[in-house]
Amino acid sequence: MRIATTRAPRLRLGRALLNQGAKSEEPDMASATTTTTMMRSAMPAGRVHQKAGLLEDERWFAAALLLPTAVLLGLFIAYPFFQGIWLALTDTRVGVPGNFVGLKNFEKVWNDSIFRTAVWNTCWYTFITTIVKLVLGLWLAQLLNRHFKGKAWVRAFILLPFIIPTVLSTFAWKWMFDPTFSVLNWLFWQMGFITKRINWLGEPDLAFFSIIVVNIWRGVPFYAISLLAGLQTISPELQEAAAIDGANAWQRFLHITWPLLLPVTMVVTLFSVIQTFADFQLVYVLTGGGPANATHLFATYAYQIGVGTGLLSEGAAISLAIFPVLFIVVLLQLLYIRRVETR
Amino acid sequence: MIEGARWRRSVYFHLPLVMFVVLLLFPFYWMVITTFRPDGELYRPWNAKNYNPFWTWHPTLEHIRLLVEDTLFSTWLWNTMLISLASTAISLVCGVFAGYALSRLKFRFAGSLGTGIFVTYLVPQTLLFIPLADVIRNFQLGDTPWSLILTYPTFLIPFSTWLMMGYFKAIPKELEECARIDGASRWQAMIYIILPVAVPGILSAGIFAFTLSWNEFIYALVFLSSSAQKTIPVGVVSELVRGDVFYWGSLMAGALLGSIPVAVVYSFFVEHYVAGLTGSVKG
Repeated sequence: MRIATTRAPRLRLGRALLNQGAKSEEPDMASATTTTTMMRSAMPAGRVHQKAGLLEDERWFAAALLLPTAVLLGLFIAYPFFQGIWLALTDTRVGVPGNFVGLKNFEKVWNDSIFRTAVWNTCWYTFITTIVKLVLGLWLAQLLNRHFKGKAWVRAFILLPFIIPTVLSTFAWKWMFDPTFSVLNWLFWQMGFITKRINWLGEPDLAFFSIIVVNIWRGVPFYAISLLAGLQTISPELQEAAAIDGANAWQRFLHITWPLLLPVTMVVTLFSVIQTFADFQLVYVLTGGGPANATHLFATYAYQIGVGTGLLSEGAAISLAIFPVLFIVVLLQLLYIRRVETR
Repeated sequence: MIEGARWRRSVYFHLPLVMFVVLLLFPFYWMVITTFRPDGELYRPWNAKNYNPFWTWHPTLEHIRLLVEDTLFSTWLWNTMLISLASTAISLVCGVFAGYALSRLKFRFAGSLGTGIFVTYLVPQTLLFIPLADVIRNFQLGDTPWSLILTYPTFLIPFSTWLMMGYFKAIPKELEECARIDGASRWQAMIYIILPVAVPGILSAGIFAFTLSWNEFIYALVFLSSSAQKTIPVGVVSELVRGDVFYWGSLMAGALLGSIPVAVVYSFFVEHYVAGLTGSVKG
C-alpha cells in the first residue's frame, strides 16, 4: 500500500478521474461508493455498471461471492453439528426416531470402560506420534535443506506416503504385519533378532505400537516438507556467521534454526495434532479397534457404536467427545495467529 | 555450506537420508511385488526355507485380472474420478469467490467470517460423520455420488479459501482499480484481471483438493452402501476382504492401481502440490 500512493497517479495520468481514483485508495466504504457513483455519471462506459447495479456495491458483491460457500458449509457443517448435539441428547437408532433423554448417553459413555480406553489411547497416540513425527520430520527437513544430486526426486518421492490414499497404503502395512506371512518377521529372523514370530497386530500393546509406527510413517513427510519450506526462508548467512563465530552444528540449530522455525513448527504441529486426534483410517484397517477393543480411538469407537451397532445417538455422543479437545487446539491456534498478526 | 571430512558427510548425511527414503518407500515396493507374485509364493510362511520375499521369478497378472474382472474396480475408478473432479471444481469456484471477497473487498464481518472459515478448516471429518449421515439420509442423497460431491467441499472449501486469500492478498490493488476506471464492472475486474494472475494459486488449490478427495475414506464408507456406487478406497477395503479371507494379491493390486492416478497427477504438479501443502499450513 505504501508504494501504491506513489505509483498510482502515474498509472492514471491523463485520465479524467484522477481525483476520484486517488480517493478510492482510502479503505473506507463511503468513499468507495461515491467513487462508483461519480464514475457512473462521468463515464459513458458506465453502461456496464448500470446493468449490474447491485453487484457494484461492495457489500452486495461480497455477499454474492460468499453465498455458495455459506450454503454448503451451513448445510453440511453447521447443520450436522447441531444435529449431532441433538442426536446425542436423544435415544435415536437407525430407522427409529428417538426421544429426548438428556445427558443419558454421555453418562453411559462415561461409564463405558471401552470408551475410557479409547480416550487414553487417543491421547497417547497423539502425544507419542506428534513428538516422533516432529523430531524425524525436522531431521529429514535438515537433510533435504542441503544441495545434493537428485534432490528434487528425493523430495518428490518421500511425499508419497502422504499422497497415496491412506487406506490403501495402510493395507500394504497390514500385509507386512500379517501374523503368518509377515516380511518384517522374515527380515528380523534373517538378521537373527527373533527366533519366534512376532504377532504384530494380535496383542494389544504390540498392535498399538504397530499403529503408531504406521502413523509416523505417514506423517513424517508432511512435517519434513512443511518444515523444509520454513527452513528455506532462513538465510544461510546466519548459519555461516554463527559457524565463523565458533558455534557447532547443535548450537547453530538450537540458537538460530529452531527459534526462526518455531512459527511454522507451531502451525504444522497443531494441524497434525487435530488430524491425529481424529484419526480413523489407520485403526479401522489395521485392527478395527481390536484385539478385544484395546486399540480403539474416538473415531473408530464412534463408528463401531454409531454405524456398526446402529446406536446413532451414542455414536454421536462419542464423536462429539472429540470436540472439547478440538476446541482447545483451535483456540490456541487462533490466539497464536492473532499474536503473529498484531506483532 | 560447511563441509566435513568425507566419511563424516556420509555418516551424518547419506546414511540417514538413504534410511529415510528406504523406510518411506518400502511399503510401496511391497505393494508392487505382492501384486505380481503368484499365490504359491505369496503364502509361504515367514520362516520357510529358500524363501526370498523381495523378488519373484514368476510374475503373474492373475491378481490384476481378478481385480478387474471379478470386482467392479473400473466402476470404482470412474466413481472416484467423477467425485474427485466434481467436488474439486465446486470447491475451487467457492474457494476462489470466498477468498476474493475476504481478502480484497471491504465489508462488515469480513474478519470474523474469515476466522469462521478457518475454524471449519480445522473440523475433522470424524467429528461429524454420524449426524451428517443422518442429514444425507434426510436429503435423500444416501448411496449416490452426490452425497460425496456435496460433502467433500466442506473440507476442501475452507482450505482453498485460505490458500486463495494468501494469493489474492499479494496482488496489488491498483491492478483492478485501473480496470474499474476503464469501465470494467467488479465482476469483470475479478474474472478478467485478478483471476489470471492467481492461476498458480488456483492450480495449487486444485491439485491439493483433488488428492484430498481421492483419499477421503470415512464419508465414502458411511454414505455409500451398494457396490456400484463405491469409491476405490472403500471398494478395495470392503470387497476384497470377505469375512476373514483377505485376497492379498488383488488387494495390493487394487491399492497399486488405485494409487496410480493420484500419483500421476501429483508427479506432474509436484511444485504446485508442495506450494499448496505449505501454503495451506502457513495461511
